Amino acid sequence: MITDIDNSWKRDSDGLGVWEHRGKVAIAGFGHSPVDRRWDEVNLESSLGAYALLACRKAIEDAGMSLNDIDGVVCCPTTISGDSGGSASNWAPRPYFDPPYDSEWGLTRVNAQWLIANLGLKNVKFAPSTAPTISEMVGLAAQAVGDGLCNNCLMIYPTGNMAGRYRRGGPNASDYAEGDSQWTAPWGNHGGNDFINIFPHQQYCRKYGGEHDDVAPFVLNQHRNGLMTPWGFNYQNNIPQLTHDDYVSSRYILRPLRLWDCDRPVNAAGAYLFTTGERAVDAKQPPVYVLNHSQHNFTFKTTQPTLDEIELWTDIAAQRMYEGSGLTAADVDIFNPYDGYSIMAQFFLEGFQWHGVKRGDAFAFYAGDIRVEGPHPLCSSGGNLGNGRTRTAMYTDSIEQLRGTAGPRQVTTRAETALAAFTTPSSGGWIMLGKNPD
Amino acid sequence: MPKLIPVPTELSKPYWESVNNEQLIIQYCTDCQKLQYPIRSSCYYCGDTKSLDWKEVEGKGEIVAAITIEDGRLNRRMPDQPYNLAVISLNEDPTINFYSNLPGIEPYHAPIGQKVHVVFERVSSDQLIPEWELDIT
Repeated sequence: MITDIDNSWKRDSDGLGVWEHRGKVAIAGFGHSPVDRRWDEVNLESSLGAYALLACRKAIEDAGMSLNDIDGVVCCPTTISGDSGGSASNWAPRPYFDPPYDSEWGLTRVNAQWLIANLGLKNVKFAPSTAPTISEMVGLAAQAVGDGLCNNCLMIYPTGNMAGRYRRGGPNASDYAEGDSQWTAPWGNHGGNDFINIFPHQQYCRKYGGEHDDVAPFVLNQHRNGLMTPWGFNYQNNIPQLTHDDYVSSRYILRPLRLWDCDRPVNAAGAYLFTTGERAVDAKQPPVYVLNHSQHNFTFKTTQPTLDEIELWTDIAAQRMYEGSGLTAADVDIFNPYDGYSIMAQFFLEGFQWHGVKRGDAFAFYAGDIRVEGPHPLCSSGGNLGNGRTRTAMYTDSIEQLRGTAGPRQVTTRAETALAAFTTPSSGGWIMLGKNPD
Repeated sequence: MPKLIPVPTELSKPYWESVNNEQLIIQYCTDCQKLQYPIRSSCYYCGDTKSLDWKEVEGKGEIVAAITIEDGRLNRRMPDQPYNLAVISLNEDPTINFYSNLPGIEPYHAPIGQKVHVVFERVSSDQLIPEWELDIT
């Protein structure tokens, strides 16, 4: 049941043509756990495992399926929280609880094997032992269903967060810079996407004109959309609407990058149920079809990527997605790019030329009407900035917009196609969804 | 507060040894005649693993971008906050860049576009790292 996979499922090169399974795979259901700021290390009903189980059950229920229908499970086994994030997010040794919480699995980490056992799934025939982050997992799940490796594939993304300041331990607490960090850490760069993107962002401001705080309307709108999103952190925790004054008076992290340009780490899980197009027609919810998935993983030429590279990479990502989906920028109704750092969004917006936005136009676009009620409902999800670092908001909102069930977030413009991603300019993936299979 | 101390790998050892001798060498692909930094096992351009040699560079460049780190994640550098982090493009190949804390320049005052040259700064009893100082005009 647990299988090793290679990377041959990826659509990560140029010129692949239209996806062979376009419109033949669909998302039939989704489910979210509550979104907490942290797990308290005591309440077993809000551990990452418990939340993952809850999200899975909700996704299955949403699709009108049963546990016995599930024959595929794709789950990212790492967690983004912890002392330094990734696999270092392991607090062991610690006193454990009774099964199923008698190891780190189920408490701070979740994998397919643990989920299969604890959901009681008996018919799983496809469950990769390793799975990438959600940006690629949506592609992996869609491709697996399209290829016939499974018919009803649960895809789960758990995102943990615990006490203490985020990612301040592990290598970040060391006196030594090992591995690739020998080229960055001695000068203060821990190697994250904040550093990768802040320098190109600065070059962007210089090249096209504008100042960093010109991203404020975008950040505020993300928070506004988040407050209309019942499955997000801000909505669930009554976070007040961020104001312009809040934003421009917030402290700097990597000046000019401010606190509110960064997403808020949370403890949560989201799950999606991928199925065949035929099955989706009879599911409980209107089907949302997968029209393409694509990936990219660009090698840095040197220490620090430049604006030119970031623009090239996002141009390539857009070309791959549009070619594989058979759509153009003019065909994309809902656009939910990743915003874990606000300064990435302009690169995606301009690379994919959503609503005709060209290079250098993003700040002017932000200053226009990007509300969900308006003509240019950018990031109707509210993204990570408006919902917390679940990295699922972009996908769930896209599904809801196409179903017509986004409530107060429902856009007033056409909503027949949606483009979503958790991705950085350098690595990750995109997925194109459609209300119709063709 | 000292900076993090780089730990050389087998691959990067010649580079860090040359830095300790106050020389800046980087990789050079003899096939495609391109310079390369950071140090890696294959050529970025042609992918060849056997054509990489070392070449000393002059150590002159330009500040192309700069930020100020106010709340970084590296414990060892926190007492230094706020401090500059600049990107330096290399004269011999401006597509190659290095990081610098711009010694001698106050935080928030990095002069983007100004010329710089390499200097070597001690971070431990047996390790120097390259840093970049403003050219005197």
